[in-house]
Amino acid sequence: MISEAPTNLWLMIVALAVSAYLLKMFGLVVLGSRQLPKVFDRCLGLIPAALLSALVLKDTFSVGQSLVVDARVVGFAVAVIAAWRRAPLIVVVVLAAGATAFLRAI
Amino acid sequence: MTELRRVVVSSLTLGGAVGIFALSFGVASVSAGASVWQTCALSLFVFTGASQFSAMSVVGAGGSMVAAYGGAVLLAVRNLVYGLALSSSAKSMAGNLPSRLFAAHFVIDETTALALAESSPRFRKIAFWTTGIGLFTFWNLGTLIGALAGSAIDPQKFGLDIAFPAAFIVMLVPHLRSKLGRQAAALGGVLCLVSISFLPVGVPILLAATAVLVGVRNDQ
Repeated sequence: MISEAPTNLWLMIVALAVSAYLLKMFGLVVLGSRQLPKVFDRCLGLIPAALLSALVLKDTFSVGQSLVVDARVVGFAVAVIAAWRRAPLIVVVVLAAGATAFLRAI
Repeated sequence: MTELRRVVVSSLTLGGAVGIFALSFGVASVSAGASVWQTCALSLFVFTGASQFSAMSVVGAGGSMVAAYGGAVLLAVRNLVYGLALSSSAKSMAGNLPSRLFAAHFVIDETTALALAESSPRFRKIAFWTTGIGLFTFWNLGTLIGALAGSAIDPQKFGLDIAFPAAFIVMLVPHLRSKLGRQAAALGGVLCLVSISFLPVGVPILLAATAVLVGVRNDQ
C-alpha cells in the first residue's frame, strides 16, 4: 500500500509533528492576543470543511488516480445517514464497515 | 465543589469519547500501511486528530509523503487560531514560559472549546488541563489498542477501508451548519473529484483547500 520506503513515512511523521507543534505554539505563546483580519479568520475557519469533504470523496470514489464505484459506496451512504442522525463515531464506523464488508461477502 | 466536579466530568466524558475515535484511527492507520510504532508516534507527537487521519489516508492511497504532509499541515492550521484565542489566558493557565511551551502541545479543538466555555480563570485552567491530559491519555491508549487490533485482522474483509471516510464524515457534519461551510465543502469536493485522474495522489486534497476562498467574497 505504501509506495515509498518506511523511512520516508518516519520523516513525514517527524516533519508533521514539528509543524503541528509550531502552529499550536505560535498562536498560544508567540503571537499572543493579536487579532487576525476578519477575512483571514473566516478563510482559515473553512479549511476543515473544504478538506474533509475532499478526503471523504477521495476515500470513497478513488483507487490511486482512477475514479471507481465499488462496495465502499454503500458504506459511504450508511455513514452519511448515520452521521446525519448524530450517531456517535464508533456507531458510524461500525455500521459503514459492516455494510461494506457484507456487500463484499455476498 | 459541584462546579469543580462538573468541569472535570465533562472533560473526562469527552476524553472517553475521543478514545473511541482513536481506536478507529489506530485501525485505519495500520490498514493504510503504517506500523504500530508509527501509528502511536503520530498520536503522541502530532496529537491533532484530523491531520493524523488525513496524512494516513493519503499515504494509504499511495500518495507522496509531501502531499500527505501538506494536507495534514493545512488541517493543523486551525490550532494556530485556537492558540490565539487562548493566548490571553495562557499565563493564568500555564504560568511561566516552559509550562506555556508544554501547554501548547494540548491546544486542539476540544481543549479550546472546553476552556473557553469557562469564564473564571481558575475553572478555565482546570478545564484546559483535565481535558488536555485526559484526552491525551485516552487518545494514545485508543490508538495503541486500535493499531494492535488492526494489524491482527484483514482490513478489507471487515470493510475497514471505509473507516477513514466514515470518520471524515463525522468530523465534517458540524462544518455544514453555516452556508459558507457548505459552499466550501461542495467546492472542495468538486475540485478534488475532477482533479483525481490527472493530479498525483494526494494533491487533489491540496487543490481542494483553495475552496476556502469562498470566505473572501462574503466580506460584509
